Amino acid sequence: MKLDSMYQEIILDHYRNPHGKGLRDGDAEVHHVNPTCGDEITLRVRLDGAVVADVSYDSQGCSISQASASVLNDLVVGKQVGEAQQIQEAFLELMQSRGQSEGDEDLLEDAVAFAGVSKYPARVKCALLSWMAWKDATAKALGGQPPLTD
Amino acid sequence: MTHSHLTGLLDTDAIRKDFPVLSRQLHDGKPLVYLDNAATSQKPRQVLDALNAYYEQHNANVHRGVHVLAEEATALYEGARDKVASFINAPSRNEVIFTKNASESLNLVANMLGWAEEPYRVDADSEIVITEMEHHSNIVPWQLLAQRTGAKLKWFSLTDEGRLDLSNMDELITEKTKIVSVTLVSNLLGTVNPVDAIVRKAQSVGALVAIDASQAAPHAVLDVQALEADFVAFTGHKMLGPTGIGVLWGRQELLEDLPPFLGGGEMIETVTMGSSTYAPAPHKFEAGTPPIAQAVGLGAAIDYLSAIGMDKVAAHEHAITAYAIERLAEVPDLRIIGPRTAVDRGAAISFTLGDIHPHDVGQVLDEQGIAVRVGHHCARPVCLRYGIPATTRASFYLYSTPGEVDALIDGLHHVRNFFG
Repeated sequence: MKLDSMYQEIILDHYRNPHGKGLRDGDAEVHHVNPTCGDEITLRVRLDGAVVADVSYDSQGCSISQASASVLNDLVVGKQVGEAQQIQEAFLELMQSRGQSEGDEDLLEDAVAFAGVSKYPARVKCALLSWMAWKDATAKALGGQPPLTD
Repeated sequence: MTHSHLTGLLDTDAIRKDFPVLSRQLHDGKPLVYLDNAATSQKPRQVLDALNAYYEQHNANVHRGVHVLAEEATALYEGARDKVASFINAPSRNEVIFTKNASESLNLVANMLGWAEEPYRVDADSEIVITEMEHHSNIVPWQLLAQRTGAKLKWFSLTDEGRLDLSNMDELITEKTKIVSVTLVSNLLGTVNPVDAIVRKAQSVGALVAIDASQAAPHAVLDVQALEADFVAFTGHKMLGPTGIGVLWGRQELLEDLPPFLGGGEMIETVTMGSSTYAPAPHKFEAGTPPIAQAVGLGAAIDYLSAIGMDKVAAHEHAITAYAIERLAEVPDLRIIGPRTAVDRGAAISFTLGDIHPHDVGQVLDEQGIAVRVGHHCARPVCLRYGIPATTRASFYLYSTPGEVDALIDGLHHVRNFFG
């Protein structure tokens, strides 16, 4: 069934047991909404030098947007900011692929499960909500400065 | 499921043959179950044929030119105005203004009042009254008017049952109130509002009343004289017509007194470089080339609805809605947001399903060919009022069948299994 390509078991697992959910201390906070469906996220980023020390969030929305935030937390926490930004760009590219890309599993890990979502234009924004919030919050945390590198 | 106990149903087998899209099959052979009628209705062949015939035989600009096509196009466009006037029992065809949609109609009222002379002028001493159950199209124009004039915006709140709370009407509608704008039927809750009580109160303080009939005009008899309001707005595409055509009805003496909003061709009497005088209503409010084909299409839609009879359409939808409410009660964890009986209720039913997000409900229903709307339905304050982020909404029309209600119920059980 076609629907299974969107609702991969990995996505439903992240939806039922989201990783890193809840708001904790951060260097910057943003609030993003998806005005067409009412999904919302408040997201904080804490940086430790050039490392993403924490991504915490409070959100409400569909399984796709919730699972995506959980996968985001898994993928970027502990990474160098530059590396995390590469992952974010790869995820954005995957979601804009209209089902034509399978994604780089070495880079995107669990996030390649969202490849099926890219076939549903109405749901791409759900998958991207937390990632766009993270990008925005990280830019704020950096205060316009490029990240330090080790 | 047997449906023999349902009374007042239309002959949907015959009606559905007029709607080409209803025979579509989706996702490998599943018949389309179209339950998103509060967003927009499907179009019968008669409307599509009228649009085609207009473009193939009569296309010209209206109210100018002396050639045959210009005269035919003008007659068709103005003929559509006659049909609308008759459909809503307007005292005069000159009270029917064609707009782009209901949003434009309501924005037009707000702008007429913002630029008006006394006694209609909305200014810093004025109050505007709306309700918490309005579609954004009947909230934002009034917020804009309040921000631009300094007027105060007030609103009726909602009861837990999804009805208007009229208990503080005397505090809300006062001598300062210039305009009360209220929906006749809520697009999210399905509630039919007791606008007569509001109209009487508004009249007693000399306030004008605008009624958003977007969810009413397609579904029941709409009589602007019986409503006793000053303005009534609705849109064509929810009542079998094309997109791009809406209506604002206004009382003639008001339309004579109130200033135009958009300026341009068509709406003038004479123009010099220094100033202009304006055409009488309705043309004063129809600047530029109007949506001609769309008006003709709306006229055909009105012919179609009138041939069936709006009282019969209302009876059909009442039976379907009552049946849907009864069957939705069978689905575990389902909570209807809005009145839980079919009394004073339209054919839009919003609900939540446990903690499964409406987006996910809608996606799994779509896979079964069932089209519903999910989200806040352009009525976000209603969602805030009931502490929910969004709802799933099933909404019916004259071609909806009890079998489609059954398909929805089966689909919702499948949704629960899928996410269970």
